[in-house]
Amino acid sequence: MRSFDSELEPPYLHPDYRSTVLRAPLRPLVNLPSEWFHHAPGPAFGRIATRREDADLTRQHKGEPLGERIIVTGQVLDSDGAPVRETLVEIWQANASGRYVDPSDDHPAPLDPNFTGAGRCLTDAQGRYRFVTIKPGAYPWNNHPNAWRPAHIHFSLFGPELGSRLVTQMYFPGDPLIPLDPILDSIPDQRGRDLLVAAFDPAATEPAWALAYRWDIVLRGRNAMPREEAP
Amino acid sequence: MNARRIPTPSQTVGPFFGIGLPFEGDSEAVSRSTAEAIRVEGQMLDGSGEPVPDGLVEVWSGQQFARCRTDPEGAFHFTVTKPSPDAGDDAPHLNINVFARGLLRHLATRMYFPDESEANVQDRVLSQVDPTRRETLVARFDDGALRFDIRLQGESETVFFQL
Repeated sequence: MRSFDSELEPPYLHPDYRSTVLRAPLRPLVNLPSEWFHHAPGPAFGRIATRREDADLTRQHKGEPLGERIIVTGQVLDSDGAPVRETLVEIWQANASGRYVDPSDDHPAPLDPNFTGAGRCLTDAQGRYRFVTIKPGAYPWNNHPNAWRPAHIHFSLFGPELGSRLVTQMYFPGDPLIPLDPILDSIPDQRGRDLLVAAFDPAATEPAWALAYRWDIVLRGRNAMPREEAP
Repeated sequence: MNARRIPTPSQTVGPFFGIGLPFEGDSEAVSRSTAEAIRVEGQMLDGSGEPVPDGLVEVWSGQQFARCRTDPEGAFHFTVTKPSPDAGDDAPHLNINVFARGLLRHLATRMYFPDESEANVQDRVLSQVDPTRRETLVARFDDGALRFDIRLQGESETVFFQL
């Protein structure tokens, strides 16, 4: 079970993703019993306000953003199979041209005055979340010659405990950049990588208005083993 | 009976989280005017001792939660109060999560308080840590604030815990 787990998570050091080389800790992580550490109650994220409009990234400005309007929806469960209710989901992403509003993004693709690319919502009583946004574009980065990130949406979730905190990225099915991406490819096991790719979801589309992708998210539950480091 | 599921794998927070994660007053778990408010200051450093200008530090303890993006010098700061000791065996501490471009998974550590040396000696978590590395988990007094640096790698690497 433990060795199985480690293949489904990225290691800290993955030299193909160059930024890990000076930032991955090199000392062994200290393993503590779950009841001492992982089960500490999670943060009071009630401090972070969520307004209804935060879940619709296409309605945060005067006009509508350019790009392909999409719905991104799914259920947040814990690894014991229970829905994670009323937990905070935060997302951020590039615009349809592959450009982030962040001033440190120097990709010479146009900004969209009608798109910021950040959203928040709380899961409902069944653990479901739903965002309306536009499909982000791919963009180049400096990791290796002609490196391009596949289109993705960043996700941040809390869950109920210290051990359930998750920051990750959602990818789109059929993207030809996926097999070339050292960040996604850092996960050794194909099953782990597949868990980060959403599914096109015809049932969640809105006819003549928006396509839809479904992506369920699993946070570590109380019975999850601590992650084991690959040697 | 619900089926066990594989946890969704982690991915890096990347360099552009500044558009999504900061919020108004995010670094103040309690108001600066709170009588017992403590300011915590630190710097995030990489394996060559260079500042990490695109890191994110989250701190929580009980009902306190704060989040701070590092600045171009890798500096971060929080306003917190010292938590009361747990019902268990732990000395007062803050749980700290560290995120950055280049961290494919976040890192978890703890900050202990320098004026609790007696409780720190008894602390069951600190006692699991190599004695020569324990000081990386204890803040130090620094000009009216507490100083807690986070060294991701290298000499004096901060102790991180298995998630």
